[in-house]
Amino acid sequence: MNLALRDIRYHKGRFILTSIGLGLLLGVVISMGGIYRGLFADALAVLNQTGADIWVVQQDTNGPFAESSRIPEDLKYRIKAVPGVAEASPLSFQTIQIERLGKPYRFFLIGYDLNGFGGPPQIIAGRNIRQKHYEMVAAKAMKLQIGEKLRLGQHDYTVVGITGKVVSSSGDPAAYVSLADAQQIQFKKDNDAIRNYRARIGSDLNREPAVAPAQAAFLAAKISASAESTHTVNTVVARLAPGANLKEVQERISRWNHLRPISSREQTEILTKGMIEKARMQLGLFRIILLTISAVIISLIIYTSTIDKIKVIATLKLIGSQNRVIVGMILQQSLLMGVIAYGIGYLLILMTYEKFPRRIVLEAVDLQVLFVIVIVICTVSSFVGIRKALKVEPAEALGG
Amino acid sequence: MYAVEVEKLTKVYGSGETAVTAIADATLQVKPGELVAILGPSGSGKTTLLTSIGLINEPTRGKVIIDGVTVADQGWLPGIDLKRLRREKLGFIFQAHNLIPFLSALENVMVALEINGLSGSEAKSRASELLAALNLGHRLQSYPSSLSGGEAQRVAIARALANRPRVILADEPTAALDTDNGTNVMGLLKKLAVENHSAILVVTHDQRMVQGFDRIFQVNDGRIIGATR
Repeated sequence: MNLALRDIRYHKGRFILTSIGLGLLLGVVISMGGIYRGLFADALAVLNQTGADIWVVQQDTNGPFAESSRIPEDLKYRIKAVPGVAEASPLSFQTIQIERLGKPYRFFLIGYDLNGFGGPPQIIAGRNIRQKHYEMVAAKAMKLQIGEKLRLGQHDYTVVGITGKVVSSSGDPAAYVSLADAQQIQFKKDNDAIRNYRARIGSDLNREPAVAPAQAAFLAAKISASAESTHTVNTVVARLAPGANLKEVQERISRWNHLRPISSREQTEILTKGMIEKARMQLGLFRIILLTISAVIISLIIYTSTIDKIKVIATLKLIGSQNRVIVGMILQQSLLMGVIAYGIGYLLILMTYEKFPRRIVLEAVDLQVLFVIVIVICTVSSFVGIRKALKVEPAEALGG
Repeated sequence: MYAVEVEKLTKVYGSGETAVTAIADATLQVKPGELVAILGPSGSGKTTLLTSIGLINEPTRGKVIIDGVTVADQGWLPGIDLKRLRREKLGFIFQAHNLIPFLSALENVMVALEINGLSGSEAKSRASELLAALNLGHRLQSYPSSLSGGEAQRVAIARALANRPRVILADEPTAALDTDNGTNVMGLLKKLAVENHSAILVVTHDQRMVQGFDRIFQVNDGRIIGATR
């Protein structure tokens, strides 16, 4: 006869409520793990989906995600010409916050060369961008409909396709436009600013005695044109030809182009070790605290439940029960509580994780490790009750 | 052979100046099938005597022999498995029935049998028979909380009898019952003592119940001051 199950059956209301409470706590622990994995997945989403071997960025920077990086777009030709590089494509990134339906609307805009790579990883509705201008593919999380228009900078962009889960390293959903559009949105000044800028350059040159008025007009036009150019990108991504040596290619790019070629592995480290390290540690600490709280709660529940059963335990001892029967009853209850609470927590997160504002990634290995930890906690926690039970004297069964 | 033999049993609690002698030089023998009362006022030492015979309370001095097995001689004898002896040779009945609240009447009896090594089906069959014999066949699945005082005490008696013990020790078994139920329980114990050939020692201070015992040991201030038949 399983005494643990009989006790649970008799006190099922209390047991279920306790398990639900503990399950909610474990649900938070599971979600913390999921958020941690989600941070990783988010941080690496664009990196992984671009599929580049090398990220060429401005010299002495950790761009384009961790730091600002600006390089000329035409560098793509020089990168492509480097021996070992199969293809190179410019990319532009920017975080945009506009007002939509009366609320702040934030997303990550990626500009890509329609003839290159780094565009939407998959189209789940609609189509990919076909025209060079004013078309957009938005991530599903942006909750835009096909055909909907979004005003960015000086133009309206029509959503022509929906892509899956692409987010920036900070978790903002991503949208794709052509590189030219992205450059315009990012760098194109408005007409008033351009006029002011031209007047300022003209005035400066006119005050310069060494510059003749005719030269001043010529130079002003040239300088303005150069400054107004939008042909700047944040990075040029490259894929290596089969058999190419990554180190050698990096060496060549950095030596004669005065650029920083960051390998995909290095970029992963920049993103994970630098950008999300503190958040990771914070979440890790929270998980430890919550698991400790769970352990204390389980210990307390088991201890209280043992105290409630002192007379039962004394009676069992008096009628000659072996210690293993009593230890088994307490241990099994503790383990059952842990397993059921874990199940409740897991189901809860499984049913709700897609509704979380940030991505939750439930990895089987994390869930298995947590399950083992819960079993260990339940076993260790039950020792408190077992110790108490083993000290109970059979004589305590006597008397009223 | 006696079912229970106690020779000059003494139990002292504490030591030195704070030492309290709960029972001193108690000697008694109980034969199988005999129903014996240990009668005395509160604090007289009757429960200490019962718990020493019940292998719960280690005697300070003296000898305890259960069913021919010497278990204590100036303290527990080395190598004696008290739990096993309690399981196999002794049955206990308590003042407040002490049924396990989360087990049904049937399971309360079964648990004693399973602890003693019977399989679940054997235990169930034997427990059902016992409860039926005690007119509780209709209450097998009832929890202690839904049983009357008399019914609960009969389940406790069934549990005490489950392993066919040589000795049944009852601590104030009628204290929580009204006169009718108390009389019924005592009648039942008398019947069982004869039928099962078990020695039954009942600790009580309830003078209403003294009739029907084969012998009565009077205890006062830790000493057996007399035995009547």
